[in-house]
Amino acid sequence: MMRVLLLALRRLAASLPTLFVLLAGLFLLLQLAPGDTVDALVAQIGGGDPRMIEELRQYYGLDVSVAVQLGRYVWRLLQLDLGFSAIYGKPVSEVILERLPATLLLMGSALSFAFAAGMALGVLAARRVNRWPDTLISTLGLVFYATPSFWFGLMGIVIFAVKLGWLPAGGLEEIGAGYTGLRRVADIAWHLLLPTLTLALIFLATYLRIMRASMLEVMNLDFVRTARAKGLSPRRVITGHVLRNALLPMVTLVGLQAGTMLGGSVVVESVFALPGLGRLAYEAVVQRDLNTLLGIVFVSALLVILINFIVDLLYARLDPRIVT
Amino acid sequence: MRTLLSIEGLTVALPPGADRPHALEEVSLELKANEILCIVGESGSGKSMMAGAVLGLLPEGVRATAGKILLEGENLLTLSDADMRRIRGARIGIIFQEPMTALNPLRTIGDQIAEMFRIHTNLNRAEIARRVTTLLKDVHLPDPEGVQRAYPHELSGGQRQRAMIAMALALEPRVLIADEPTTALDVTTQAQILKLIRELQERKGTAVLFITHDFGVVAEIADRVAVMQRGRLVEVGSAEDVLDRPEHPYTKALIAAVPPLAPPPPQDVAAEPILRIEHVSKTYRKGGLIARSRRVTHAVQDVSLNLPRGGTLGIVGESGSGKSTLARCIVRLLDPDSGSICLGDTDLAALSRRAMREQTRHIQMVFQDPFASLNPRRRAGELVAQGPIIHGEPPARALAKAKEMFALVGLDPDATERYPHEFSGGQRQRIGLARALALEPQVLVADEPVSALDVSVQAQVLRLLADLRSRLGLSMVFITHDLRVAAQICDRIAVMQGGVVVEEGWTAEVFGAPRHSYTQALLASVPGRDWVPPVQADALLAVS
Repeated sequence: MMRVLLLALRRLAASLPTLFVLLAGLFLLLQLAPGDTVDALVAQIGGGDPRMIEELRQYYGLDVSVAVQLGRYVWRLLQLDLGFSAIYGKPVSEVILERLPATLLLMGSALSFAFAAGMALGVLAARRVNRWPDTLISTLGLVFYATPSFWFGLMGIVIFAVKLGWLPAGGLEEIGAGYTGLRRVADIAWHLLLPTLTLALIFLATYLRIMRASMLEVMNLDFVRTARAKGLSPRRVITGHVLRNALLPMVTLVGLQAGTMLGGSVVVESVFALPGLGRLAYEAVVQRDLNTLLGIVFVSALLVILINFIVDLLYARLDPRIVT
Repeated sequence: MRTLLSIEGLTVALPPGADRPHALEEVSLELKANEILCIVGESGSGKSMMAGAVLGLLPEGVRATAGKILLEGENLLTLSDADMRRIRGARIGIIFQEPMTALNPLRTIGDQIAEMFRIHTNLNRAEIARRVTTLLKDVHLPDPEGVQRAYPHELSGGQRQRAMIAMALALEPRVLIADEPTTALDVTTQAQILKLIRELQERKGTAVLFITHDFGVVAEIADRVAVMQRGRLVEVGSAEDVLDRPEHPYTKALIAAVPPLAPPPPQDVAAEPILRIEHVSKTYRKGGLIARSRRVTHAVQDVSLNLPRGGTLGIVGESGSGKSTLARCIVRLLDPDSGSICLGDTDLAALSRRAMREQTRHIQMVFQDPFASLNPRRRAGELVAQGPIIHGEPPARALAKAKEMFALVGLDPDATERYPHEFSGGQRQRIGLARALALEPQVLVADEPVSALDVSVQAQVLRLLADLRSRLGLSMVFITHDLRVAAQICDRIAVMQGGVVVEEGWTAEVFGAPRHSYTQALLASVPGRDWVPPVQADALLAVS
């Protein structure tokens, strides 16, 4: 236990510089784009005189040099203050907190589904390697992987929402229905079914391939032969000896894909009109809402770092050979 | 005595496209209670297939097509999978070669041994725990409680193999198959494991089918011996008969290829050294922010040795003794922390990387693993020509030279066009030699050059090395863990333990009257040291 704890602390310390480099880089990159928040704001209200623009710039702290702006921004971040969104007219942290649950829910369910289904299908394919179940599963995986997720989403809406009418076409819940308690949970789950599947399918394909390859590799190792020589049944060889060893690369993959999945949720949230972080990011870019955008990047970076942190701990729990 | 396991006319077919149609052909063999039967043969002789056939664990596509395997009268070949599972582990135990990989790295030793009881018996947890502790005590593991909770990577190779033996013997099987159980172990560990197997076998009356390629081990442990060649059984008899009075020509050739432990009469070697290693040290550090996780390994500590011109200096020791680190320091694949390595008048240790690259033409290295040390994507000729080309030779000349080198090491010069995988292990090691010799070095550093080879191929390569040395006036640093090989090829021997040279001297002196206790222990551990192969001392030259 001490070993895992020590590892946790070290990984945590190592992730702080990552976070800083990311934010500073993004801040400077956004400075290169022409136009700022005030330009967007003024364009929205239909123009204004130069004096007012000057005052607005002063008000939002945009009149000083880039270095000073960055310094101020980092200083505020250290106090966990994400700033004020000029577009939404409220603190960025508030804007983000409103949108975060939908994204977390979508990512969490998609990740769990992709991992579980990918694992199960991978095991199945590996146990029937080069026979028809394997061929079928591998082909299916390739189809999932090769199809863009927005197309999946749109087809899902056309078939299940429009033609069959089984599932809702978008949104997080029935607006105005006023459900509470379990009824509300069921409603949200019903709404999230299609988006989750859409987001999960591509990742499922990756997990499936990795799990299949990893199973095949582990099944060739010496200790599996030992297990069989002990008189274990094929099922017990798989569950007792192969599975946990084969899971190690899968766990690593979860950490690596956490970031990609956040990116993928931008598309899915747009297709299904979900009020999530991904859509917020898109809106923030269009509206030059620098503070909101940076806030989103900060929160997503934290999220990815957190997931990787958990993955590291999980890995250390799974594999006793990991030393701090 | 009662026959426990009897193999009758067993034929095992290989899948189409293999190098031969049958892995085993018409093999008949009897294993009696309370005996150790050694099956000897080189790689590819089918000895491990025999173990697989008995356990019903043949690789995919390989199956027994004829014959019977009778375990106490019951034909195993006709049993269902479920019936076979009740026999595996419970009535036939097995120990594998690689104790590193034969245990599940993610489960504790105790858990893996307990699994034997969980699948074959109805004992309760407390009783299982008690039995596991007893088993670990039986195999003389110190601190059985601690070992139970340990993961495989926390034990040494010898300890892991003891745990493996405890597991194989958990249910007191009547038959134990040991597939090269000591091949991956150091010589002193090997001696202990062999003693343990013998002790447990005698105590429990187990019949042991002991598969090995090493005649020294056979001499050490066998009651009876069966010799296999390309899937056929060529000779069976008592250990004494087969070892001292072999009848089949193949057995004779194999035994003749075993290097005797007694060194041949010394040859004249110049007194003047060509390579002087002085006070060389190398320390590995594994850093970490936290002091507790930092690890320091003194791999080589203040080693001073001389290599006489035209002579061979043997460096022997067990794994972790620092011999390979020293070899890598000599050719500057590693940078020594301190000390000097003088080749003639040049101190290699003090050279810059660029200057060292110039010097590499004078000092070359041959590696242990002929499979891993050649780039599989380049033609053999290119691999050999690469060195001279880097040192400024025109490519056409270098390739012509590669052909010459192939002829020198006894390969077909036209084979330069082929890729490494088209050669056998012995041939690949010859390519490795040709590659090193293409630069016409003065000193050759050979790191376990024959350890991965079969005994007959090993004899050929050793003979080639001896021949090249006298023809080219080559001086050689020869790293090995095998004292038999060292006795035959080295003029001087340095014994390393824990990074320190504990004894150094003329081969005959070191072998005849070892001074250091570790050298004595090493010599006492050589398997079959009391057995003198019934062929003349220059046996190395007799086999081809």
